[in-house]
Amino acid sequence: MTIATLPRRTLLQAGGTLLASTALPTFALAQGAGNRLVVAADSEPKNLNPAIVASNGVFFIASKVVEPLAEASFDGKGGLAPRLATSWEGSADGKSVTFKLREGVKWHDGKPFTSADVAYSALNIWKPLQNLGRLVFANLEAVDTPDATTAVFKFSKPTPLQLIRNALPVVSSVVPKHLYEGTDIATNPANVKLVGTGPFKFTEYKPGEYYRLTKNADYWAKGEPKLDEIIFRVLPDRAGAGAALEAEEIQLAAFSAVPLTDLARISKVPGIKVTSKGYEALTYQLVVEINHRRKELADVKVRQAIAHAIDKKFVVDTIFLGYAAASTGPVPKNAPEFYDASVPTYAFDTAKANALLDEAGYKKGANGTRFSLKLRPAPYFNETKQFGDYLRQALAAVGIDAQLINADSAAHQKAVYTDHDFDLAIGPPVFRGDPAISTTILVRSGIPAGVPFSNQGGYENKELDGIIAKAAETVDTAARTELYKQFQKIVATDLPLINVAEWGFITVARDTVSNVSNNPRWAVSNWSDTALKS
Amino acid sequence: MNRAIRLIRRRAISSIPVLLIVVVLTFLLLESASGDAVDAYLLSIGGGDATVAQSLRQAYGLDQSMLARLWLYVSSLAKLDLGWSVAFGRPVLDLILERLPNTLLLMGSATALSFGLGSALGIVAGAKPESIIDRALSTCSLILYAIPSFWLGLVLSIVFAVQLRWLPTSGIETIASGKAGLARAMDIARHLVLPVGALALIYMALFLRVMRSGMAEAWTLDFVLFARSKGLSRSRIVLRHVARNAMLPLVTMLGLQSAAMLGGSVVIESIFAIPGFGRLAQEAVSGRDAPLLMGIIVVSAVLVICVNLLVDLVYAALDPRVGASEPNS
Repeated sequence: MTIATLPRRTLLQAGGTLLASTALPTFALAQGAGNRLVVAADSEPKNLNPAIVASNGVFFIASKVVEPLAEASFDGKGGLAPRLATSWEGSADGKSVTFKLREGVKWHDGKPFTSADVAYSALNIWKPLQNLGRLVFANLEAVDTPDATTAVFKFSKPTPLQLIRNALPVVSSVVPKHLYEGTDIATNPANVKLVGTGPFKFTEYKPGEYYRLTKNADYWAKGEPKLDEIIFRVLPDRAGAGAALEAEEIQLAAFSAVPLTDLARISKVPGIKVTSKGYEALTYQLVVEINHRRKELADVKVRQAIAHAIDKKFVVDTIFLGYAAASTGPVPKNAPEFYDASVPTYAFDTAKANALLDEAGYKKGANGTRFSLKLRPAPYFNETKQFGDYLRQALAAVGIDAQLINADSAAHQKAVYTDHDFDLAIGPPVFRGDPAISTTILVRSGIPAGVPFSNQGGYENKELDGIIAKAAETVDTAARTELYKQFQKIVATDLPLINVAEWGFITVARDTVSNVSNNPRWAVSNWSDTALKS
Repeated sequence: MNRAIRLIRRRAISSIPVLLIVVVLTFLLLESASGDAVDAYLLSIGGGDATVAQSLRQAYGLDQSMLARLWLYVSSLAKLDLGWSVAFGRPVLDLILERLPNTLLLMGSATALSFGLGSALGIVAGAKPESIIDRALSTCSLILYAIPSFWLGLVLSIVFAVQLRWLPTSGIETIASGKAGLARAMDIARHLVLPVGALALIYMALFLRVMRSGMAEAWTLDFVLFARSKGLSRSRIVLRHVARNAMLPLVTMLGLQSAAMLGGSVVIESIFAIPGFGRLAQEAVSGRDAPLLMGIIVVSAVLVICVNLLVDLVYAALDPRVGASEPNS
């Protein structure tokens, strides 16, 4: 009998406590007290070291702690603002780049920052381990350190300074040599509990709840940072960030954590501002990936017909609710250094699409269908999924029957990029400041299976491959830029893939947060001048 | 008491094959899903080359055959080693122990509330079957039961957290508040009101219905007629005789519902950003993290087995007929 009575009593007590707590008076807002900025975060990267994992999810948090040599800037020279490096200069043969480093910078543990840290990070982490650095620094042979504030990068083959410059904000996060040397870099505890030179120190991580960064009182920029604390609060549900902003539990949500469909409503809430600025150097591209192994799709007329069948204006206005721009080719308009508008374009024209398909020899059958295709939209964004639904209808209008296959991220990655089990896929590749970083890989041939966001459609164009290879070693900036203009023309003409739209993200913040979105990679930059008005 | 020990021993032995089946089926199910942990990881970091993928697969042991990996897992599980999470880069046991208390708190409170409220309202409804109060309560509870938990969670959050600002929108406690002791307990309780409410309101209907129908049936039985003829007051008959007899199926229900709540908490934990078991399971599936998912399933299975054992013990204590005919061993 004792067993029977015990649980019942404790259960009733527990229930009683809960009922009592509902009767409490108005919940006092303890959050936002002091000079603390609370930000919504939707993911918790297992490796937070930006020197190893150069991804937006990692930078979002880590960029406040670990600094790169230079950061992107709206008005700086060459689109850059110096951080750990104060100047950079390339040699005429393209085989060396000299960085002058900032003086008087200290690591968060008090040790001085020197050129040895840069050399160690470059040779031991960026080049061999980093997802993007492996490409940019592929020919890096040595880093000379004649003195504590000079680092000379030596390359075995000519490496364009333009590429290095454009890549700096992404690939050059410097970590302390004294904590990594002689350890297993991949499992070093500093990959989670970061130690850097940035305006904020990494103080606390409660898995599933929050990251806490606190002010670095010894920061090299005088008078910065302006905040005492930044809290990244983990909010996995899409509706959570908007609700928390309205309830003033958080002050900022970046990376479109508030879904596009909520923006019209939330922008009318007093005290909340919505901005699409601050993502200019993080442009995502909506792309139709094509499997050229499929006989019909190997015909350029069919690919042109598909391009004509897509109403880009509808996609921008209806799917992206206006927060995007129609694409003309593989380089977005946000990269004016490279962008070329004078490429063949494909106006929305169903009649022309039908005519091209007839010309290619794929007449409509008795049921009005020419042929069937397997269409796989990537699941990473609402917009890529919605575009899948749209594309199916757009193709049906020209007699192509597309079978939609929706899968989760891991299954999509395997099907498209490893097994090539698709005819058309919808992907969101990113333009990272220079076409050589993650754009040419989308159309270049000879990439092994299993590499995500790369040409897995079996497309091969010797001329295009030649231009890509030549640009990779063209040191002269003007000549290299010209090569990428040719690259855009060929891609827009031959359509190895179809670029539909390009978009950045949306930041929603309370009015009290100032200096928001003041550089083209703001969400993933240092936030040392971000401030809170009380 | 002897009966209880025998029951526990018998259950412990029979649960081993159950666990083994659960582990193997989960493994095969996750294996049949396309893509592995490396695919999921590469996507989360925005891509990487083929060499990276290959060395990661080697490091995680994903280059070995399926059977080899299954055997490795089962044999280390036999040594009570839950393994290493691929997606989090931490031991599975640490992750589970970190999240389990939150989920137990959420589920325990929700079960207690739905059981308490459900049976109390069930008694009110069953005190006079077919009366207006009975009809009203039954209808309301069915409507609540039909509401999807995510919708109820969101609506409660909009009304009580965003508009009225009585309660926090999400989280398990105020972040980095430095509260301790009773203040912290109150803070956690305040954060749990909405998620527990959303879960409990939905499951309350079941307890209400079972209680009510049990009571409606009991009214027709001879002992109630006897109690009435003895001249007992109506309230005494309702509480001591009718309700008490209707309680038994409710206890069975409690055991079954605890497993269902574990499933319901996945949705509620995501909406209210509570770092619990359900959310961990969801992250394990999307990250194709086999060791973590199996760790979660094994621990959940043990939980459900334990709760059912507890229910059986309670049942045996409440009703002497149960288990009486079992052979002595």
